Amino acid sequence: MLNVLGDFIGELRAAGVPVSMTEHVDAARAMEIIDLGERELLRSSLAATLIKDGDHLATFTTAFEVYFSIRSMETAQQLLDEESHLGDEDRGEQPPGQGGGGDARGEGGGGSSSLSAQELAEMLFAALRDNDRNMLANAAREAVERYAGMEPGRPVGGTYYLYRTLRNLDLEALEQRLFELALPPSEHDDSLTTRMARDEAQARVEALKAAIEREIRERLVEDRGAEALAKSVRKPLPEDLDVMHANREEMAQLERALRPLSRKLAVRLARRRRRRHRGPVDLRRTVRGSLSTGGVPIDLRFKPPHPAKPEIIVIADISGSVASFARFTLHLVHAISSQFSKVRSFVFVDGLDEVTSLFEGVDDPAVAVARINAEADVIAFDGHSDYGRALLAFHTNFADQITRRATVLILGDGRNNYHQPHAEVLADLRYRAKAVYWLNPEPRAYWNSGDSIIDKYEPYCDAVIECRTLRQLEAFVGQLT
Amino acid sequence: MNALDPREELANRLGLATTPLPHFDSPASVRERLASNDYLSDDAIASVTFLADRLAKPVLVEGPAGTGKTALARAVADAIGARLIRLQCYEGLDESKALYEWNYRKQLLRIQAGRPEGTGTEEWSHLEEDIFAEEFLLTRPLLEAISAVDPVVLLIDEVDRVELETEALLLEILSEYQVSIPELGTVKARQIPMVFLTSNNTRELSEALKRRCLYLYIGYPDVERERDIIVSRVPGITTTLAEQIAQVVRSLRLLDLKKAPSVSETLDWARTLVILGRDEIGAEETAATLHILLKYQSDIDRATKELLGRSKPIA
Repeated sequence: MLNVLGDFIGELRAAGVPVSMTEHVDAARAMEIIDLGERELLRSSLAATLIKDGDHLATFTTAFEVYFSIRSMETAQQLLDEESHLGDEDRGEQPPGQGGGGDARGEGGGGSSSLSAQELAEMLFAALRDNDRNMLANAAREAVERYAGMEPGRPVGGTYYLYRTLRNLDLEALEQRLFELALPPSEHDDSLTTRMARDEAQARVEALKAAIEREIRERLVEDRGAEALAKSVRKPLPEDLDVMHANREEMAQLERALRPLSRKLAVRLARRRRRRHRGPVDLRRTVRGSLSTGGVPIDLRFKPPHPAKPEIIVIADISGSVASFARFTLHLVHAISSQFSKVRSFVFVDGLDEVTSLFEGVDDPAVAVARINAEADVIAFDGHSDYGRALLAFHTNFADQITRRATVLILGDGRNNYHQPHAEVLADLRYRAKAVYWLNPEPRAYWNSGDSIIDKYEPYCDAVIECRTLRQLEAFVGQLT
Repeated sequence: MNALDPREELANRLGLATTPLPHFDSPASVRERLASNDYLSDDAIASVTFLADRLAKPVLVEGPAGTGKTALARAVADAIGARLIRLQCYEGLDESKALYEWNYRKQLLRIQAGRPEGTGTEEWSHLEEDIFAEEFLLTRPLLEAISAVDPVVLLIDEVDRVELETEALLLEILSEYQVSIPELGTVKARQIPMVFLTSNNTRELSEALKRRCLYLYIGYPDVERERDIIVSRVPGITTTLAEQIAQVVRSLRLLDLKKAPSVSETLDWARTLVILGRDEIGAEETAATLHILLKYQSDIDRATKELLGRSKPIA
């Protein structure tokens, strides 16, 4: 079991969860204390000792399901039981029937796959109706047996099997049936009761989906072994997801991660500012104060601190390729806008539009970001990004408003579709501003390949920063103030 | 493998004559005893509490506000019959508020009282030893928990509110169960207290702190557990009503709200409905009492629209 723990921790580390040596030792100690036959107990014990951040729990759960699958636990239990027969008295207290019970269940699952499609659907329905977890697990096993068509040895993560099974089950009809059972159609209206019944049906069908997914994973583990599978199903931490290549589900995860992230960042910045709570010595007031002590300056007086909040000007490319990255950055910058004296945002594709007003008076930046797509007028020509044109437009209209206190952030991959770069405009902007930073969401290896002309702009930026994940973005924004 | 039991090891380090017995036999008994103190736990809560007791480690409890983090510490204290010592954290908390402080008025009195007898250097060194004795020490929560003889549960509440530097104050207690006082030496624990730290996750806690603790995330409960919580905490409520309340709250939490309703707000709402004499949830009362669950007008508008199919709440 300790070997499995070692492998498991290796997998967690590979997924990006920091696990220290002490935590490893704690986990091993916890495993000595608890009854290893109880899977839930093992799960929460490992989580408590190895995971120290709520956001890492999803990654942990995925890895746990693979390394400590129900079936491998049953086998381990059997081994333990056999050991206990050899005379180990401490372990002898385990009821010897447990391992056998698991065995019988496995056989039962294999033997009864002769159910017809109709019967299976009924079984699922009954399990969901009665909210019976055991029955649900059995039904899920049947469903996977029948529909997933799993082929041994294929190096897949199981998404395809899941899709195949679900497509055959027609969950929507099932959900509708559950819903109508709870509330006959004649009573459907837009009242609270209807809504509650629908949510309940939905929640139960979700539970079924989870059960099927678990079953598929169990089978994959059996087929390919924990280590190989863990690699294919590994979930990166939300802050390490590549923003440009996130799929829809990962996008939702990123959005969820963004809010606490921006809140934490704001707290951190505010705290840092408050700590420097006094400015330079105020000579005039110190001397005035020293009169009462005979000219000896006992109490130093300080000037109030200079607010030193920078102005931030964000110029973001929102063409298809980098739109999601721009959204996250705009969101983050505006979410912590109280830390800056002024934030102005501009978006462009081949035309440029100011969108600062969309953020004003809106307390949730996500709403404003959603409105940008609908309202910003950014296409002047053919809808392919043109950095040269956008910079020119910015320079013509707003260059005189850039002061030495302004930091300019340009967000984009620098893929200019072979248009004119107009890098001289950027040179002038840098001359006017405090600093110009370019955040590029592409991996550094891709820079300057194809139509990327980031090297034309690089000499005129204080830094060009690779910014592919929320972690990098947060680190950068955090050091702006 | 012949490692010492963690409790035994700690007891040896603290120099205790006997290893204090663990408070709980199994996760199941944790559950049972917490339940008899009106705290309904789940698998994770019960097993982490059990481990904390057996491994003699502090627990860091995180999760949204109002899900019973502080209540857990209180319930554990009640369950094992221990005194609860609470340290509420805030910005600017320092050593003299958290650990100990010298009672300088008393020290001053002692010095003045001793003055007429003599002024030699020997006198002074004697006096110095005297005024830095335990009787001139004002114990603050952390030291109090360490020096207590009776069983205690130490609750360090909202630890994310203190500055990063202040966190370091806690480290010695959390790993060694001792406090070092420069003038006096080290005060070691006389028993093994259970320690709970809560955090609302407003900032990242330091690695050093996290490493010393077990971690427990308490999220929102599922419908069944929330129903049971309501039934056990709200007198005179019917199971049907509790179930309906739990379902409505779940649906609310699924909406994208600024502040999802917490368990304590759910309980407030349940109490209100009981006082209003309802056996069932209807749209009217829900609309009229939604402000108990939701604290932002935009959330209330949104929930009214989504759940009740109206665009305006009834006045």
